Amino acid sequence: MSTHNEVIRRVAPAGHHRINDLLFRLRALVALIVLVIIFASLSPAFLSSGNLMILVKHVAINAILAVGMTFVILTGGIDLSVGSIAGLAGIVAGGLINTGLVLPAFGVVVYFQVWLVILLAALAGSGVGALNGLLVTKFSVAPFIATLGTMYVARGAALLISNGATFPNLLGKPELHNTGFAWLGSGSILFLPVPIWLMAVVGAAGAFLASRTPFGRRIYAIGGNERAAELSGVRVGRVKLLGYMISGFCSAIVGVIIASQLMSAHPATGETFELNAIAAVVLGGTSLMGGRGGVGGSIAGAFVIGVLADGLVLLGVSQFWQIVIKGVVIVVAVLLDQMQKRFSWRERSS
Amino acid sequence: MSEAPALLRACQVTKHYPGTLALDSVDFEVRGGEVHVLIGENGAGKSTLVKLLAGVEQPTQGYLEFNGRAIRLESTRDAAVAGIGMIYQELSLFPNLSVVENIFMACERTRGGVIDRKAEEQIARGLMKRLEQDIDVHTLVGDLPLGCQQIVEICRALARNVRVLLMDEPTSALSPSEIEVLFRVIRELKATGVGIVYISHKLEELMEIGDRVTVLRDGRLVESAAIADVDVGWIIDRMSGRRWAPPAEHAECAGQAEVLRVEHVHVPGRVHDVSLTLCAGELVGVYGLMGAGRTELFEVLAGSRAAAGGRILLGGSRMEHLSVRERIAQGLALVPEDRQAAGLIPTFSLGRNMTLASLEAHARHGLLSRAEEDASASRLIAQLRIKTTGPAQPITSLSGGNQQKAVISKYLLTKPRVLLMDEPSRGVDVGARAEIFEIARRLASEGVAILFASSDLHEVLSLADRVLVMARGRLSASFARSELSEQNLMAAACAKAESLHVNAQ
Ligand SMILES: Nc1ncnc2c1ncn2[C@@H]1O[C@H](COP(=O)(O)OP(=O)(O)OP(=O)(O)O)[C@@H](O)[C@H]1O
Ligand SMILES: [Mg+2]
Repeated sequence: MSTHNEVIRRVAPAGHHRINDLLFRLRALVALIVLVIIFASLSPAFLSSGNLMILVKHVAINAILAVGMTFVILTGGIDLSVGSIAGLAGIVAGGLINTGLVLPAFGVVVYFQVWLVILLAALAGSGVGALNGLLVTKFSVAPFIATLGTMYVARGAALLISNGATFPNLLGKPELHNTGFAWLGSGSILFLPVPIWLMAVVGAAGAFLASRTPFGRRIYAIGGNERAAELSGVRVGRVKLLGYMISGFCSAIVGVIIASQLMSAHPATGETFELNAIAAVVLGGTSLMGGRGGVGGSIAGAFVIGVLADGLVLLGVSQFWQIVIKGVVIVVAVLLDQMQKRFSWRERSS
Repeated sequence: MSEAPALLRACQVTKHYPGTLALDSVDFEVRGGEVHVLIGENGAGKSTLVKLLAGVEQPTQGYLEFNGRAIRLESTRDAAVAGIGMIYQELSLFPNLSVVENIFMACERTRGGVIDRKAEEQIARGLMKRLEQDIDVHTLVGDLPLGCQQIVEICRALARNVRVLLMDEPTSALSPSEIEVLFRVIRELKATGVGIVYISHKLEELMEIGDRVTVLRDGRLVESAAIADVDVGWIIDRMSGRRWAPPAEHAECAGQAEVLRVEHVHVPGRVHDVSLTLCAGELVGVYGLMGAGRTELFEVLAGSRAAAGGRILLGGSRMEHLSVRERIAQGLALVPEDRQAAGLIPTFSLGRNMTLASLEAHARHGLLSRAEEDASASRLIAQLRIKTTGPAQPITSLSGGNQQKAVISKYLLTKPRVLLMDEPSRGVDVGARAEIFEIARRLASEGVAILFASSDLHEVLSLADRVLVMARGRLSASFARSELSEQNLMAAACAKAESLHVNAQ
């Protein structure tokens, strides 16, 4: 009984082959580096710390959304409601700060401290995410349709709560103990703006969750073969539901950050954010079919989109061309995804 | 007959995959009107060779000849044009389309540019008749049991009037009666001059249908010979040198604790009032023809199919209302029949597939431990002799039989008390089959009860301590080891509905 492994004669894969493979998998990172080099050499202002700070702050918004979106897309789903959830969460936060929670039954108005406000807004976001998850798992609604529906519902809810208006001046009142909301969007820790820290924390937590925990493994398994996952004892419904809740949670964080940055909450905040988030995820190499990809890629994808937008502005490229170029980049990314699939399809064997 | 010229020939073909040399300068040919049988261990390169012949893959070195002329097959389309058809080991059907639509996929019969449904249906029904099946041609393929899907796959090749037919384990999900029909069809094709390449791990089949045999081992051609000149021993010697000796000891239920009790399980139209018990340490086979309800029964036991009634007790506690996950946690696991649809995560590596059902056991403080996962995977790779470059190899790049072993490993890692296995040796070579059942036997001696379904009479006869026979959704008979015989099993499997009433206690 010789060890059977000796039987396989290994053919050393050619060195460049392996490197090519690695570059291909990290293509978002490669694209990012290339873009940075191009813009840095064309425009000296690009690498100034002022520009970089603004750039990363912008990226943070999309990156946090993309982290949540990744969990949904990895299961083979999609979440179109993230922008609306951001809007709703901002309105919930703004409303709680400015007008408090009105409880007509008791004839009282309750005001919360800022950290509770943020928590409640995040809960609202996760709640809409849970609704998405229930529609998809319990009622078998296609994710595209389910989240399209909640996209409208959440937006409508935001408009209803604020009566279509903006909650301005979210300063809070010292006598109500709800001041300090501005810190989240404009404060900084160790010279770095809080939103950037939030991106780092959400990104690290997401990457950790996806790659190191049983939950993350199950997310990937569902995207790879839902039935086989189910038969392996994965509670498919529950895991998917959690995925949508994570996405809703991240969206709410984004909504609150934006409200804090502007110190006002608009019901229209976050329109079309879902498209940017999906673009970042796809650019990052996560397959829309599910099962392949990861959180790190999505963050790199968000940076690619952000750097592209920022650099093109610095170079004075017309706004219309900027839109065209962004579109081209997204399509190229999907083409690469296709190539990857064909590549692995060729490797399929029996 | 040896005068006949080669119809399709592979000359000195070599195939490299990243990390593996799957074929090494192999010469192979098939003549018109012969069945050339290809055999070898799991991962020997059989599928790779026929994929080269079918244009699915291209050789790294070497070339193909068709009718004496060099030919390049860039795609399956090229092969189809040349008249080369293939039945894939891993079925390549569209579950969302009907039987007819599948049969005529990419070779639709048209009339003025529009699909001629009438003609297609007629041909499809004709094919079903030829294969003696009464499968409704309008059913969605996804709703058919695996065996019927295999029939559809065969019809697909037959509908294309091929000159060379490559069959990669066409009978792995068929039972003896269907196989007989298929063999009749193969003989008819042979008579019309079609050249057939036939891969199977069932040696008796090869001896019956083959004219010539070629043995592959580790990607190299070992020997070719006329079937008339060889016997089963010759083949096994050339495959690996290892012999398949079924384990001798058999356990008796007497005195052992009962671990599984199934009472009056009922699934409308599929399983009727089935009751059975399993004792610790027993290895029980369930035999039956295609559509007998074995898969459905197993699925009910594992919790992946709802039953209309009945009780399932594992070690005395009720299971009916538990989910698949909870049953696995309690120690009741099922190795599903269809490894592609229900067993494997195609995007995962071998190692990740293996640990999927036991992630908690491989986690510390809620974190997956790569070291522990690798340790478990490596242990089972060695135990089941999975041919691979390591746990990180993508599962889809393993050979079919080795993929099957991966699925079995996944459920072994859940430490079951009762292990249900639906056709566990599907696509597994003789040596590996022995290993799987050796492991099953060892588990049994450690007190695990094993219930396995098989369409292979010899497997059931030689391995089971006790055999239950199912026919049309009912248990039609139960045989102790001493009462086992081929005739008994066949008779019970074909039993008429009225005469069925057995409680297998
Ligand atoms: N796409 C691939 N990438 C890497 N290795 C591969 C790929 N396809 C097959 N192999 C390897 O090539 C070898 C031969 O595989 P092949 O599928 O031809 O075996 P087989 O003889 O058909 O076995 P089985 O009886 O299990 O079906 C195996 O070691 C397999 O792991
Ligand atoms: Mg094979």
